[in-house]
Amino acid sequence: MTTPPEPNIPLPESRGAIDWRAVWEQSGMLLVFAVLVAGCAIFVPAFRSLNNINGLLLSVTTVGIIACTMLFCLASGDFDLSVGSVVAMSGVLAAVVTNWTGSVLAGIAAGALAGAMVGLANGIVIAILGINALITTLATMQIVRGLSYLASDGRAVGVENDGFYALGNSAPRMISWLGWIGDTGTFGTWLLGLTAPVWIMLVCFVAFGILLNRTVFGRNTLAIGGNREAALLAGIPVRLSKIVIFSLQGMAAGFAGVILASRMTSGQPTAAQGLELQVISACVLGGVSLTGGVGTMTGVVMGVLIMGIVQNAMNLLNIPPFWQYVASGAILLAAVLLDRLKQRRAA
Amino acid sequence: MGPAYLQFESVSKNFPGVRALDEVSFAVGEGSVHALIGENGAGKSTLLKVLSGLYRPDAGRLVLGGQEQHFRSTSAAIRAGVAVIYQELQLVPELSVAENLYLGNLPRRLGWVNRKELIAAAARQLTNLGERIDPRAKLGSLPIGQRQMVEIAKALARNAKVIAFDEPTSSLSARETERLFAVIGQLKLSGRVILYVSHRLEEIFDVCDSATVLRDGRLAQTYGSLEGVSRDDLVRKMVGRSIEDIFHYQGRTPGAEVLQVRELMGPGLSRPASFTARAGEIVGFFGLVGAGRTELMKLIYGARRAQGGQVLVDGRAVNAASPRQAIAAGIVLCPEDRKKEGIIPIRSVMENLNISGRRHFSRLGFFINESRERANAGKHVERLAIRTPSLGQLVMNLSGGNQQKVILARWLSEQIRVILLDEPTRGIDVGAKSEIYSIIYELANAGIAVVVVSSELPEVLGVCDRICIMREGAIVADIPRSEATQQTVVSLALPATSAEHLQEAESA
Repeated sequence: MTTPPEPNIPLPESRGAIDWRAVWEQSGMLLVFAVLVAGCAIFVPAFRSLNNINGLLLSVTTVGIIACTMLFCLASGDFDLSVGSVVAMSGVLAAVVTNWTGSVLAGIAAGALAGAMVGLANGIVIAILGINALITTLATMQIVRGLSYLASDGRAVGVENDGFYALGNSAPRMISWLGWIGDTGTFGTWLLGLTAPVWIMLVCFVAFGILLNRTVFGRNTLAIGGNREAALLAGIPVRLSKIVIFSLQGMAAGFAGVILASRMTSGQPTAAQGLELQVISACVLGGVSLTGGVGTMTGVVMGVLIMGIVQNAMNLLNIPPFWQYVASGAILLAAVLLDRLKQRRAA
Repeated sequence: MGPAYLQFESVSKNFPGVRALDEVSFAVGEGSVHALIGENGAGKSTLLKVLSGLYRPDAGRLVLGGQEQHFRSTSAAIRAGVAVIYQELQLVPELSVAENLYLGNLPRRLGWVNRKELIAAAARQLTNLGERIDPRAKLGSLPIGQRQMVEIAKALARNAKVIAFDEPTSSLSARETERLFAVIGQLKLSGRVILYVSHRLEEIFDVCDSATVLRDGRLAQTYGSLEGVSRDDLVRKMVGRSIEDIFHYQGRTPGAEVLQVRELMGPGLSRPASFTARAGEIVGFFGLVGAGRTELMKLIYGARRAQGGQVLVDGRAVNAASPRQAIAAGIVLCPEDRKKEGIIPIRSVMENLNISGRRHFSRLGFFINESRERANAGKHVERLAIRTPSLGQLVMNLSGGNQQKVILARWLSEQIRVILLDEPTRGIDVGAKSEIYSIIYELANAGIAVVVVSSELPEVLGVCDRICIMREGAIVADIPRSEATQQTVVSLALPATSAEHLQEAESA
């Protein structure tokens, strides 16, 4: 270098006192979450019981599992509106296939695989044919919903095989075995009593968190959402990444659909109406940008739990369901406004 | 120059960590055009934003016609007769010209828009400017030069006394620029106060009467008259060094042919293109906007699908079908539009820098190796003197020059044989330009074939060993540095008809 580097621009020193603004900007949602949990624990007595927490966690599993992959979709700058329909279709398909073959495993595989196929189709149409994701998934949402009615003849499909219910309603066998080690105390018993869907959700949180933060694929996803054209010119396989993202999304929705069917003890073609919006709401609550490029797994976990806790607390307080809709919408709006405020101050 | 109308008095503005304006004072009189120049980050935009009411100064006064102003909003500034015409025009493409002219101030009758009155008023404003534009036309259908005229007419429709132009010619053709200057002359005669911000110093001498040079937020010099002032004087004031130092060209002996492009054809080209670049050679590509230079680079890089021809690197056929394949073959591109195609603005410097190279040091080709990424980014930030407060800083917060360095650094972690630089210094200040040239020479010295696409003639003449000239989608000439002069290069780049005109004019 022939020109001497100029001195760096001095930056304001922020050492010493705690910079509350930075704390708020980085972990505002965590703070809201803590306040919410504390508030519920103090003012809603029934909230504290381990039984309730158990139910709460179980109630967010469908949204939670799908939110993991929706995070990737949103982070790459796209949407997927078809997830609700995929949940219904996979549930129906799992029930039908289980009845048909007599194998629960075949049913589960069929459900997840069918979801992945829908995702793959979404991905190909969006990435290769260049159709807007909103339109594409709006279309597949209706197609898939229709398919699930066709496959079930419009009725709930019951399953005769008891093994099918185990997936959604009991603690995983591996974990129950741990109980034989000895007395594990109240908390330990509770932990061991957590049902399989909750464990699956927790594994998804960790696995997709790692996928986003610690892998080339995750970083590429954020880069694509941040600037698609630049990502392409930087040599990122944009199309392939999108296809993989949508396939993962479909697979997660399919698997979540099977679990839901198992919990409901039947595959229902009417299940999960409007679920896609709940999932997107949870992600947005967790600070994921709808324009892409920004999103964290911790944020999504917070978003999912905040939605679940509010729902749970409102149920415990006997707030009529009609009001619950109003409250959920208001909370989403408040969260987005908060985020907007943060951005404006940062600008 | 008439009496001073617009006065900045010791205006200061601070941002976290930066003193953007430091006691800047100068005055502009009625009926005069005042140039405001300086490198990027010198404080020109901040000053314009103070004038337009977007920022409030921390200290100092803004005086218009003897009255101190405290703008609380941009609409307050508009009411006080200030109009700022930004590089990116503030117009609505979907609306008609007339609606744009009177946006926010539509003539009304009983609450309904009076269309007849609107069209008539708009037509009057446009004729006053000497423009023949249909007020009913959709704004989006006009060429950029005419849109700018609409913006000027809009300022006049609001009775603007002070009109500031921010880089007005950056996307205009030569003829449109001429037209703009004529209109500015007209505005001047009508006693308006004009502030003219531009990177193109040649223009300053064409249109401006006086000038203020800013450097690092401070007033470097105010010239009451530009008579006897040279371009070099202005540059020295802007950067504190002279123009020869900026290019500091060094000759090299090129090696074997690295890049061979044979009869390459594709969208944007009118004829198959062939050229070569040798190891350590810097090949320039000059031409007018739309001559097919960017398209050719993207074809070589695999970002556009070629319809025929061959690209060879070190004698091996590459013919990349995607940028990914090109990179694997050792060809990389720094794109023309840095913001749209280069950086990922909302990601960090480290992220932007490692985006391609990380595959070489990820674990199992899949898991990020955080420490290696940090080390790689740190090394290149230091090597290229990228000025950033930290590796985690969002790249959008960096200056244009530093963003460009981040993109260059991105490719230094690859095994590159050919680097295609499309307008590497566009919108970058003189100091950073000089540093970018140093990097270019360094790459060439390392035996890499460098291709520089540029619309700036001094840059092409100052940096390149050989110059290819493109015109209307074809390479029309390939001349060595020694034979390249301003005249030959420009006349080759102009379309055939206008080149004849030029020759006629010269011989006459």
